[in-house]
Amino acid sequence: MTASIATNQTILVVGGGIAGMTAALEAAECGKQVILVEKSPTLGGRTSMLYRYFPKMCFPTCGLEINLRRLRGNPNVRVMSMTEVAAVTGSRGDYNVTLKVQPRFINENCTACGDCGKAVSAEVPNVANYGLDKIKAAYLPHGMAYPQRYVIDPSIVGTPDGEAAKAACKFDAVDLGMQEETIEIKAGSVVWATGWRPYDANKIQPYGYDRYANVITSLEFERLCDPQGPTGGKVLRPSDGKEAKNIAFIQCAGSRDENHLRHCSRICCMATLKQTQYVREAAGEDAKSTVYYIDIRVIDRLEDFYQNVQKDPNVSFVKSKVARIALNEENNSPILHGVDTEGYHRYATEHDLVVLAVGMEPEVVGVQLPEDIVLDSSNFIEGSKSGGMFGAGSAASPLDVNRAVQSATAAAMRSVQVIHKTASTEAA
Amino acid sequence: MNAPANKFAAYICSGCGLGDVLKVAGLEKVAKTEGKMAVIKTHPFLCNAEGVKMIQDDIANDGVTHLCIAACSRRAKTEAFSFPTVAVARANLREGVTWIVAEGADHDEVRQEMAEDYIRMACAEVKKLILPAGNKKESSSKKILVVGGGMSGMTAAQAAADAGYEVVLVEKTGALGGFANQMWKRMPFNAPHAEAQPTGAVELAAQVSANPKIKVYLNSTVAETAGAPGRFAIKIAQESGSISEELCGAIVQASGFSTYDIAKLPELGGGQQNVVDQAGLEALAKAANGGPIKRADGKEVSSVVFVQCAGQRDDSGTHLPYCSGHCCGTSIKQAMYFKDQNPDIDTVVMYDDLRVPGMGEDFYRSAQTKGVIFTKGKASKVTGGDSCNVTFKDLILNEENTIPADLVVLATGQVPNAGVELDEWNATATAADSGDAAAIEKKTALQKISVLNMNYRQGPDLPQLKYGFADSHFICFPYETRRTGIYAAGPMRRPMDMHQATEDAVGATMKAIQAAENASLGRAAHPRAWDLSFPKARLEGCTQCKRCTVECPFGAIDEDEKRFPLFNEERCRRCGTCMGACPVRVISFENYSCDSVGMQVKAVNVPDEEDEKPRILILACENDAYPALDMAGMQRLTYSAFVRVIPVRCLGSVNTVWITDALGAGYDGVMMMGCQKGDNYQCHFVKGSEMAYYRLSKIGDTLKGMGLEPERMQTYEIAITDAARVAKLINEYVEQLNEMGPSPMKGFG
Repeated sequence: MTASIATNQTILVVGGGIAGMTAALEAAECGKQVILVEKSPTLGGRTSMLYRYFPKMCFPTCGLEINLRRLRGNPNVRVMSMTEVAAVTGSRGDYNVTLKVQPRFINENCTACGDCGKAVSAEVPNVANYGLDKIKAAYLPHGMAYPQRYVIDPSIVGTPDGEAAKAACKFDAVDLGMQEETIEIKAGSVVWATGWRPYDANKIQPYGYDRYANVITSLEFERLCDPQGPTGGKVLRPSDGKEAKNIAFIQCAGSRDENHLRHCSRICCMATLKQTQYVREAAGEDAKSTVYYIDIRVIDRLEDFYQNVQKDPNVSFVKSKVARIALNEENNSPILHGVDTEGYHRYATEHDLVVLAVGMEPEVVGVQLPEDIVLDSSNFIEGSKSGGMFGAGSAASPLDVNRAVQSATAAAMRSVQVIHKTASTEAA
Repeated sequence: MNAPANKFAAYICSGCGLGDVLKVAGLEKVAKTEGKMAVIKTHPFLCNAEGVKMIQDDIANDGVTHLCIAACSRRAKTEAFSFPTVAVARANLREGVTWIVAEGADHDEVRQEMAEDYIRMACAEVKKLILPAGNKKESSSKKILVVGGGMSGMTAAQAAADAGYEVVLVEKTGALGGFANQMWKRMPFNAPHAEAQPTGAVELAAQVSANPKIKVYLNSTVAETAGAPGRFAIKIAQESGSISEELCGAIVQASGFSTYDIAKLPELGGGQQNVVDQAGLEALAKAANGGPIKRADGKEVSSVVFVQCAGQRDDSGTHLPYCSGHCCGTSIKQAMYFKDQNPDIDTVVMYDDLRVPGMGEDFYRSAQTKGVIFTKGKASKVTGGDSCNVTFKDLILNEENTIPADLVVLATGQVPNAGVELDEWNATATAADSGDAAAIEKKTALQKISVLNMNYRQGPDLPQLKYGFADSHFICFPYETRRTGIYAAGPMRRPMDMHQATEDAVGATMKAIQAAENASLGRAAHPRAWDLSFPKARLEGCTQCKRCTVECPFGAIDEDEKRFPLFNEERCRRCGTCMGACPVRVISFENYSCDSVGMQVKAVNVPDEEDEKPRILILACENDAYPALDMAGMQRLTYSAFVRVIPVRCLGSVNTVWITDALGAGYDGVMMMGCQKGDNYQCHFVKGSEMAYYRLSKIGDTLKGMGLEPERMQTYEIAITDAARVAKLINEYVEQLNEMGPSPMKGFG
């Protein structure tokens, strides 16, 4: 990573999740200069908050390690964390970009020794666990964080805790006077790999996510099952901390619904099938998963995974869009009401825990897309009018990890084409 | 010109508390007296600008050529400690010693011994490292060969040309366009995702044909692929019988798909009159040219039923087990052909799960608005003829039912044209070589199926993953193939629709131009793209056992005419599986060799029996097990200070000599930590961990011969998330060894 100066032959990649990292690395390993900006303190994005991937049940951090190693070994990529794109002007081959860098309050002297974290007593919600637990206000975002550097939460700046962090650091790495910075750079092409966010489950009122403790989202469930998560990998009910064994999964929570997300989020069927296997891993033969679905959308060889789950006697499938959830006041268990469309039976079924397979929508927090960007009916990025900016990964379409990487590789190619044309026009 | 003399230097960091719990003077002494370092410097904060400058100055002014940095893990402060002009070894004193050895004075002695051993090991390693100079090739070709002139292939060719690369496009038929030429329209690529669109194949074919950077060979096939990235020698067989030769840098294979043969579906009316597949319906729609769609017998169709998943998602083993992904959308599109022409035509799509992910949902809605009927049902019988009948189980009403129709369309799947399956090929080729007449005939037939006709020792086409698709096994790396510089695109990689196929082609082209660029620089391809080393073999010691040629996961090694291994360095991924395989240890890399690891094993101070301090060697995969060990340190978990960890590129690179040397020298045990193997393997060098397990399963006899219990060597599958587990496994193994007692080899080493 060098402090290369950006020119109109630089590719700017916005977003440091797996799509952004991929786009940056693919272009850089082809000899192009890349600036990779990420708004949070670490690269990795939402994939680093998944416990396992489908269908191999392998761990996202394994691929992250490979990508980080590629990055550390490549002088063509400059990574800027805690950085957002505030504005883009200009046109294909000649963009002017305004970057805003938030203060980390820790400089590059940091060795990630952890002394500041020990010295601080205040705690803040742990973003890496979707806020399900807390973390010290001077923290390393997670074990694979890159840059491997602590962060001081702004809430303790100007407090005795902030001073304690500063005093604890032997390397003069704590700088409480850091201010937001604005940087102007040039870029020839921009890849928007700004990712997705889970649909706000509160908006699906009949499911009572805002009212019932034991109705959670699939993302939260991912953290509950992860040994690095808030419960050490135990599937515990938020209401009483008891182990949940009879779990309902509600598909299309927000998706395929013109009142919410009009598109199908694609990943949720496989994600739920994967999560039924977490249930088995955590609770063994006692576990029971029930999947409420409209269509099970698992494509190509992923069908094998579906067929294997169908053979699992502890997993059952109900073709139904759940109408509403009520609460058993005695034990706080959710009761699902609806009609099973295969044979038209009414049901009212109680479960220990309900997992909403919430849909994907484009991330908007900290993302200011230029006017030039062309969006589809769900605000995913189709491209740009000037032809020099591209969407990649789940900013472009609701995609699983594998397809997001494929998409990011294609976006990198398109940026390389723009840079090639810029360079050859200038040479001519 | 004489190479400058090597000068070895050790830099010891006392920051991050290292100086508080380790006796730095002791470390310095080890580096000097045992490590024989010419320069030894300690710094309280080695990774800061001042510490780094001190090292840089020594390189620039003092002629230091080899560095041993004793500080944190090689995974930390990588950028600060990047000195590209010298060889560097890292001694992991932080994550590997002070953070994992239990606190307190009781542990001072073992902690110090552990740190001193890591200094010994790094000093021993760095002496065996040579900074790879790389092997730049001025004559390297960057031309891209695209095999297949359908939508994927044309898109790939155009994408490469738009980035400034010359392209050779080989198409076996007489025209560009592929399957798209048979289609009336395609599904929409962009919002509003409501109407079928022209395919654009004709326009793209014209563009490609007119592009001065793209040379198109029609009616041609690839007769031979030889060489490696940067120097693929391609023989192109033309219809005239003449052979053209092209030198190419990398390859995009976009050899497409065939439709599943409906004659194999007699129960669904396959082969009967007025029962067609989706391709057949495209032909009828194309013939209608926007007018009423007519059957083969000329009758205008007034009712049509689409049967989804025909011969797909089949768990009986008879038909295709997978879902082809595009067929729901395709049937929706085809139902619109009818409705758009005449809204009164009855169109029924009979499905089990309607699979139109993403924006396909809008396309589905559009069809519903147009009046297409969707029935959840499973067809059991279709009869063709003048009036067709579809008998099915209605899954909503839970009853058997029959609908009549003028025409039935079976949504059959995509069958990849990826070339020959290599296990079948290799078995056939072996039998043919021994003179089996049937095998010789079969081999000739297979050669006709082959797309690339590679002259590689491991077979003529890309290895296939499953069901004949040449897809990647990796979630994070969808374009990884096991043949460097050759990338699969479109429906021969995985089943897909046209939009996905064109996207896929653009991505595959990115990988191809990257492979061509890196080959010209003498660099490796993914995942070690920075690596300038390549395997070198001392052939005078080679016994021609062929293990390296057989075991290379990437088919990088052929055999020369004298039956010696012939290394194609541009095909090599630098995993070291060949080095691990070699029984006579003649294969090495400049920056990783039998010696660079072997000398570390030997450098460790193995205490005598009466010291009651066992020594355990851990050989850990650097991508998963080693980070897990680091994270154990970051979480301040504790594990035994009796272990000595050496990261390896892949467990496949482990040469058994390291293990026998260690045990022979009195180590009490060896722990091998690699990635998960088997169907869901996680090894990023594909077969590395699998090969290691295979080789190690044979080491028991050697241990017996040495008078050692087989338990003194253990293998573990370790995931990167296994920080806590790895610490526990170490402690349990140390406990087990304590119960076994010290190695009987102690004192003989």
